[in-house]
Parts: sequence; C-alpha cells; structure tokens
Amino acid sequence: MDFSTFLIQTLNSVQYGLLLFLVAAGLTLIFGIMGVINLAHGSFYMMGSYLAFALSPVVASTLGGGLITTLIIGLIIAIILGYILEWMFYSYLYERDHLQQVLMTYGLILVIEEIRSLLVGDDVHGVPIPDWLSSSIKLSDVMTYPVYRLFISGVCILLALGMFLVLSKTKLGMMIRAGSVNREMIQSLGVNIKFLYRIVFAAGIAIAALAGMVAAPVSSVYPGMGQGVLIICFVIVVIGGIGSIKGALIASLFIGFIDTFGKVLLPEVAGVLVYVFMAAILLWKPSGLFKAGS
Amino acid sequence: MTQDQAKYLMRGVKLTKRWGGLVAVNEVDIDLALGQIHAVIGTNGAGKSTLINLLSGELPLSSGTVELLGSDVTEKSQPMRAHLGLGKSYQRNTIFPELTVLENCRLSAQSRIQKPWHFWQDGQRCKVSHQRAIQTLEKTGLSTVIHRQAGLLSHGQKRQLEVAMCLATEPKVLLLDEPLAGMGADETDRMLNFLISLRADHAIMLVEHDMDAVFKVADVITVMVNGSVITKGSPDEVRNNPEVQSAYLGESE
Amino acid sequence: MKKSQLFFLSFLTIVLMALPFLGSEYSVDWMTKTLIYGIFALSLELLVGTTGLVCFGQAAFFGIGAYAVVKISADLITPDAIYLLPISMILAGVFALFVGALSLRTKGVYFIMVTLAFAQMAYYVIHDTPIGGGTDGIYLYNKPSLFGWSISSSVEFYLFTLGCLLFVFILLGLITHSRFGRALTGIRINELRMRAIGYQTYNYKLMAFVISGMIAGLAGYLFAVKDGFVNPELLSWHLSGAVLIMIILGGLGHLRGAFIGAFAFALLEEFFRSEAIFGSFAKYWHLGLGLSIIFCVAFLPRGLFGIPSIWQSKLMGTKNASVEDQE
Repeated sequence: MDFSTFLIQTLNSVQYGLLLFLVAAGLTLIFGIMGVINLAHGSFYMMGSYLAFALSPVVASTLGGGLITTLIIGLIIAIILGYILEWMFYSYLYERDHLQQVLMTYGLILVIEEIRSLLVGDDVHGVPIPDWLSSSIKLSDVMTYPVYRLFISGVCILLALGMFLVLSKTKLGMMIRAGSVNREMIQSLGVNIKFLYRIVFAAGIAIAALAGMVAAPVSSVYPGMGQGVLIICFVIVVIGGIGSIKGALIASLFIGFIDTFGKVLLPEVAGVLVYVFMAAILLWKPSGLFKAGS
Repeated sequence: MTQDQAKYLMRGVKLTKRWGGLVAVNEVDIDLALGQIHAVIGTNGAGKSTLINLLSGELPLSSGTVELLGSDVTEKSQPMRAHLGLGKSYQRNTIFPELTVLENCRLSAQSRIQKPWHFWQDGQRCKVSHQRAIQTLEKTGLSTVIHRQAGLLSHGQKRQLEVAMCLATEPKVLLLDEPLAGMGADETDRMLNFLISLRADHAIMLVEHDMDAVFKVADVITVMVNGSVITKGSPDEVRNNPEVQSAYLGESE
Repeated sequence: MKKSQLFFLSFLTIVLMALPFLGSEYSVDWMTKTLIYGIFALSLELLVGTTGLVCFGQAAFFGIGAYAVVKISADLITPDAIYLLPISMILAGVFALFVGALSLRTKGVYFIMVTLAFAQMAYYVIHDTPIGGGTDGIYLYNKPSLFGWSISSSVEFYLFTLGCLLFVFILLGLITHSRFGRALTGIRINELRMRAIGYQTYNYKLMAFVISGMIAGLAGYLFAVKDGFVNPELLSWHLSGAVLIMIILGGLGHLRGAFIGAFAFALLEEFFRSEAIFGSFAKYWHLGLGLSIIFCVAFLPRGLFGIPSIWQSKLMGTKNASVEDQE
C-alpha cells in the first residue's frame, strides 16, 4: 500500500470513527446515566439522514439556504423530537429491567421504520453535497481527497469538543458525569432528575441525528442504515465501557480503523473483524476499557 | 481450653488487601478455633467486611495465606472453599424470596450432592437434601414455616433463614457477617442463643456492630481500626484495653 | 409432572394431531412453522426464563443448525434424519460451547451485547464468505427421511415436527425440575449466594447455554428441511429479537409460556400481514407488530401466561404473591 492510499484510508478511518463516536456517545450517556438500553438509537441516525434528504430542497427553495441552514433546522427538529419521545416513551423505561428495555426499544425500531416507510417510502436517496464543499484536495500527483469528508470530520471534532467542554467545565456537565456513576446520589443532592434525563436524552438523540444529517451526502439515505450503525455502536459502547465518553471515543476510532483497513486488506473477513476485536477486549476486561463517568 | 490447645479450623496469615493506593486490610492474622465464637469488631471502614470476604474467597488477596481445615485455600474459589466446609451468611438477605423456605434450604443442602446428570429425577424428591433441609430448619426454629414463600417471612425469620441456608451445607467453619442486622431485642436474643448452641461443633467468626451482643457471646474478640488489628483477646481484656476504649468504645458511648 | 402441565401437554397433543385431518395444506404448513418457532422459543426459555441469562444471539445456533443440514446433506446419498439431526444439533452445540465459554465471563448488559456480537460474527461469516453461499442462500435438494421412511410430505413432516416438539417439551420439563434445573433457578435468583453455598456457577451456566444452543439447532434443522432453503437472515439479530419477544409474550419462567408465545407471535404476524383485514396497509405490518410488542411488554410483564393470575388478584383484591409456579 503506498503512502497516499494509506493516508486516504487513515482519513477515512478517522472520519468514520468520529461519526460513530457521535452516535455512540449518546448511546453510552443514555445507558450510563439513565440505565436504559436504547436499541432504537440507530434509528435516530437514520432519521437524521432522512431529515437532511427531506429538508434540503425545502430549505433551498423557501429560505435560500444551504447545508448549514439545513443542519441547524434539522438539529432543532431532532431536539424537539427527542424531548417528546423521552416524555412519551422513554421515561417509562427507567424502572424496567434490561430485557424489557431491549424489547420495547426493538418494538420502537419497527414502528419508526414503518412510519418512515409510510412517509418517505423505501427508496434509496441521495443528498447533494453543497458546491462550496464539493471540491477535492490534492494529496499526491494522482490521489485526491474529497473536502466534504474533511468537513464531516471537522463537524464531528467540533461537536466532540463541545461535548467535552460541557461535560468537564459546566455545572450541567458535572451533574451528568456524577449521575452516570451514581444515580441515587445526584437525586439526593436535589437535582431535578426528570429534567436532567430529558436534556441528556434530547442531546443524545440530536447528536445522533446530526451525525446522520452530516453523513447523508456520502453514505446515501436508505432504509437499513440505522441497523448497521446501531450494532457497531453497541460494540463501541461495550468496548469503551458503558457510561464512559472517553472510552466511546477511543473505541470508535479503533473500530473506524479496523473496519476501514479491514475492508481494504481483508475484505472477506472485514465484517467479522470488529466482533473478534470486541470479543478479545471483553475477555481481557469484562466491563470494557474505562469506567463510567470518564 | 487455652488458645494454644485450641484446634484451629481456619487461619488467615498476614492477610492484606490493597485497592490501588488504599490498604483496606493490613497484614491481619486471624484464627478460628473449634468451639469458639471469634468476634471481629471495629468502626465503619475498619476493614471487617473486607476481611470476611477475603476469608470466604469472594475477594482475591493482595498478599497473605488462608488455611482451611489444614489445607491451603489461598488460591481456591469460594465454591471450592464451601465444599471444604466453609459457610457464609451475609449482612443483607441473600435468601431466594420466590422459593419456599424448605426449597431455600434444600437447594443449599443439594450443593453437597449435586449430581447434575440425574436429569430424570425431580430435585425436590432428592431424599438426602430434603432430609438435611428439614433437620437444619428444625435446628434453626423455622419448622412451622417451611412451606411459606421465603419473601413473605418477617425480617427476623429471614435472617434466621439466611443462617439456616449457610448451615444446610454442613460446614465446619461459619463466617457470619452481621447476622443481627435489623433485628429487635427478642429476635436478637433468640439468634444469640442459637449461635451459642452451634458453638460446640463449629468454628465461628462473627462480624457485628451490636456491642452488647458481641460481649455476650464472644470467646475471643479482635478489634480492627483502619485495616489493622489493634488488639485481640478475651472480652474482659478487650473491654479494659485503653487503646480500644479511646479508639472505639469511648467514642460510641 | 404437575397436573396442569400434563393436561396442557395432552390437550396440545390431541388438538395438534387432529389438525392434518381437519385443516388445509396451508394450515398444516403454517402450524409446522409455528411448532418450529415453539421449539426455538423453548430453547431460549431455558436460558432466559430458568437461568436468567438474556442471550441476544440465539438465532446464530438456529442458523447453524439450518446451514449444517444443507451443507452436509449435499455430500450424502440418502440423508437420513437419524444422523443429520444429531449432527446439526452437535454443530450448533459446539458453537454454543465456544460462545458460552467466552461470553459467560461477562455479566448483565455486557453479556447481552457479547452474545449479540458473536451472533453477528456468525452472520457475517455466512453472509460474506463462500461457506455461506452469500445472500442468496442455498437450496436443499434432498428429501428428508427417518430410518428410511419418507417424511417429506406436509403431513408426515408435520407429525415429525410435532414429535420433536413433544420430545423437547418433556426433556426440558425433566431438566428444569431436576437438581440441575433447580440449581439454575437458584443461579437466576442470586448467583452470588449459589457460589457461597458451593455451586460452580460458571459450569452450570455453560451447560445450560450448550443445551439451549443444541435445541435451537434442532429447530434450525427442522426449518431448513421444511422449506428446503436457507439464507443468512436465519442468523440475523432480528430473529434473535423475535424469539426473545416470543418468550416474553408467552410469559417467562414457564415452558408452556414459550410455546404460547411462539404461537401468539405467529398469529400476530399473520394478523398484521393479512390483507383481508388491513387492505393495502398490510405491507406496513411491522408497525402493528412493533406496537403490539411495546404494549405487551409494558402492560403484560408476565406475558399471556400471567393474565389469569392478574384477573385472579383483581377479583380477590389481593396482591399477587403466590409462590411462583415452579416449572
């Protein structure tokens, strides 16, 4: 493999890993703080992509705006949706055992998939890359790399930084981190748990949806996209350690590399590699790499 | 009988447990002799629970050795130690609430004759475990409620069942972690008399917070503070020890 | 065996044996599929209901049993059930031994995720590598037979499947009541306590895992032979999810519940897919199914099997505190 191919694959790995991180971060927080296994999390990623697909023509014609406007509007919609879903559905899951959560969120996946099917059908769609991001930069004489993919990584890094800042520097972040380690403790400290949960939930879903929105132009928009991301994100959360953002980031990057390079070097076993990796990590550390709250 | 002549059924030598930089148990020696109730007391965080878990096998040692009935069990898991004759009862209730009192004890007794390959015979028809369970429950004073669902017992009865389950495996050494937790005065007396009746045939280690109870039944008392043993002796010796008085008894008065 | 279980079994046997003479070919076929689901659900019941191990990868053992029969019978001249069936079960059991030995080192939700991941591994091996024949699946060309007698007609195969179901039912009934099964129940309720008493709980759990995997493999064998076709979706996590739903739907902790749940699930599927009832909306049948699952888990935590006791406690005004029907 020559250097520029290696560089391209590395950039792809990082981009894929960061995208996965956005989805996995929400998942690990929801799990760590509320103790809820959310099988439907992948569906929110899918919803983001479909939102991008549905909104971009509307935004273009009525507001004259481009991608950024679409992202902002989509984010707002996703936050509202997340808030409503938490209130209507997820808040009932907190006291239930894991099996019930798994099944109820599995039912939710089915419902969301069919509603999507009803509203927008089952076709594969594309979302156009805006002009100002559609060029490529030169890496060598023959190889170029699409700017849009760098943009995706950029957005993810921004969001990740934002997350780290909120979690480590703000009071809200401190409550969230404390809550992921010991739920009862923060309750006794007088924190309004319901409200905290709702925020964490809406944020987790919104970030996953944003990841879907940003990824739509390169991965295209199709019915099964949520499932693939979901399973991988569960693997990431388990490897990284439930409730650990740092763990989710490191695991996401690892998986990004394994999956990307795997597909290039060993295409037949690429699908299996990720799971082999997970099995190996869990045998070494049965509770994942990092503890909750880190 | 003096300490030297006593037959030691379980010994812990220089038991140490470190959690990262924190030393929870620091080179503690403990001997459990047949016919003796050895109580371990100490303030909260003194390391008593950690000590009992090191002896039972639930926590791995950082250093030190454990000997049970003459053999070294330092590397042996908890189920293996149970087979060699170690029984433990827990501070919180670990009974099986959805099963009957009888089944709770029978399942305990069954661990001695597990025979998992006998899949055609109903476990509850196993005569040996059934007999042992009935006998243990009679000894513990729970004969009247053997068919009741364990979750419906009173707290005191649940604590009794907790000890009964431990006894059903016919252990020689008993590690009792706060068996009196949450009990009222009558229940406490009943339990203490019961422990005294067990004394002759077992080596008993008792971790307890109830000082009156401890001084009533213990033959030997070990006092722990911050993971180390500060003194060990008969109840009178301990009561009159100035260090103990200042570190523990004096403050709690 | 308890009176109620005996009654249930006899009732089931009589009704089901009468079916071929009363029902159409379609209904016999449908019932065969449901019986296979029943065996599949029973395999998971041993793990989840009795031992408390929530396995999210049961479809892998099902799929391996199915693929085993297709791959092996291609080389045999007269593939008789008498050796194909045990081989399928053993292969599924070997994979279960591998997965179980590794997964049982984890607990709680990590266990759920690890079992899912191992199933995904198996799925991708079948899906992506030449072993599995790819997404299109493989066809089975040989007709099944038992001891040389043909069991390839609908009715013959139906009766064979029914026989397998009864066998599994009785076997699991014996196992759950045996010392081994009682120990598994103890492990479910409080594993720590069981270890303190002297049970090597890891070994017990592993044994349950392997038995469960073998029975799932049996169901897979029947499925492959019935349709003469296997594809990678037999190992998908959707199927693992579906079988979990079946046992919750029926009611955890009861073998009868597993069968009832499988039957109810198959009915629900038929119902929501039926164009006669829903017209063109029937193609969105996942919606109805999803809502039913949510409803059932939310309001019937003890499944359909728990309905009589809910009524009973409502009528008597007493709290539901009966000694759990230890099956």
